[in-house]
Amino acid sequence: MGDTLETLKSDLFAAPFCEGLEDTHLEVLLACAHEERMPKGRFLFHEGAAADYFYIIVSGRVGLELNCPNRGGLSIQTCDAGDVVGSSWLIPPCIWRFDARVLEECRLVSMDAAVLREHCKADPTFGYAMVERIAQVKAERLDAARLQLLDLYGNPEEGRHVARTRID
Amino acid sequence: MSPEPGSINLTDRIRGGVDPMVPRIYNVERIRRNNHDTFTMELNPADGGNPEPFSAGQFNMLYIFGVGEIPVSISGDPVQDGPLMHTIREVGTVTRAMARLKPGDSIGVRGPFGSHWPVELAVGTDVVIVAGGIGLAPLRPVIYQVTGNRSRYGRMVLLYGARAPKEILYQRQLKAWGGSFDMDVHVTVDRGERGWNGEIGVVTGLIRRAPLDRSGAIALICGPEIMMRFSAQELLRRGMDKDRIYVSMERNMKCGVGLCGHCQYGAKIICKDGPVYRYDDIESLLGRREV
Repeated sequence: MGDTLETLKSDLFAAPFCEGLEDTHLEVLLACAHEERMPKGRFLFHEGAAADYFYIIVSGRVGLELNCPNRGGLSIQTCDAGDVVGSSWLIPPCIWRFDARVLEECRLVSMDAAVLREHCKADPTFGYAMVERIAQVKAERLDAARLQLLDLYGNPEEGRHVARTRID
Repeated sequence: MSPEPGSINLTDRIRGGVDPMVPRIYNVERIRRNNHDTFTMELNPADGGNPEPFSAGQFNMLYIFGVGEIPVSISGDPVQDGPLMHTIREVGTVTRAMARLKPGDSIGVRGPFGSHWPVELAVGTDVVIVAGGIGLAPLRPVIYQVTGNRSRYGRMVLLYGARAPKEILYQRQLKAWGGSFDMDVHVTVDRGERGWNGEIGVVTGLIRRAPLDRSGAIALICGPEIMMRFSAQELLRRGMDKDRIYVSMERNMKCGVGLCGHCQYGAKIICKDGPVYRYDDIESLLGRREV
């Protein structure tokens, strides 16, 4: 049991999400954390469900997907070791905006977001630290989405004549 | 940037009687399709001699007679003997004409021109290569050079972003480099497809997670200008120094020797001073609308 707690502690505290947090805040996070393993193909959450938890990936890969009629789940982003999966837990109405599916077997630190929200309300300093970190996650994803929208690697000639020959 | 040992200096070539404005005739040896709109052309001199030696990062002016001339980076191995290699994307009249060439057809080649990647500066340190789309082609000579003399360098990290899985360049080589145990290869795509289990996201996301010795590492970036700007900023956030980051700029090069001014970029002439620049040499120009 002791080893498990130590592993959880070291996995959680090593995550970029925890970088720069005060010791008391780290203890709050640790009290809301537990470790999980998820096999490939398992969904961590589904769009529209209550965002009462979130994850920090220790190892493995998770895909964020939007389900599209007739096209299935469309992957829009992947998250890897060190990444936070789920940022809707702090932003009302606290509902997941995407599906999250395990693409490679994962070891995760699962966080009880419902309890963390209560801590945020009770301790504004802790609340601000959480908002700062989730804002960082959102900002990185917004930057990435903007770059993806620019289609930087697209061929300006696309749609016009392009030779189609065997690819080797 | 001072030339590397063995690097090719234009002035030396002019002194040696080579007129940089006169193309040398090469024959197409082979054309390989890399993906639906990109191909690699292998060329050998029609006179039976050896191709001009070059340094990683330099470019040639390729001339399709009766159609036009364009600058294209060299994508082959600068150390090994072999045909001259150019990886080209079909984006205009000249490149479309090149795609229709057949083995034995002739093409005019001027060059090599321009500055080169500072591979010698990387000896003993980590090398981080950040490439986007066709930007992997001008960096492939660096990979050949480093892997060909692997023990001289520290950790080698290749971070590559492509538009979609089917547009990933040099797929077989990427798999081979990634499986070679002495090179970290991370590939991401902007848009996933069914069956793709790799990463989806922008190349800057790879930089955040890349294993690198930021104190000594050297970073070489090539791709669309916006991608290079964001990548350099992310490397700086990771603690890298500006003078250890290099980028390769692209403008409409014409003469190749700094005479015509077609490729002027602020006070710089890219065909002569570039295309490879140290980041802090051009940082103030990047993102400026007037240049």
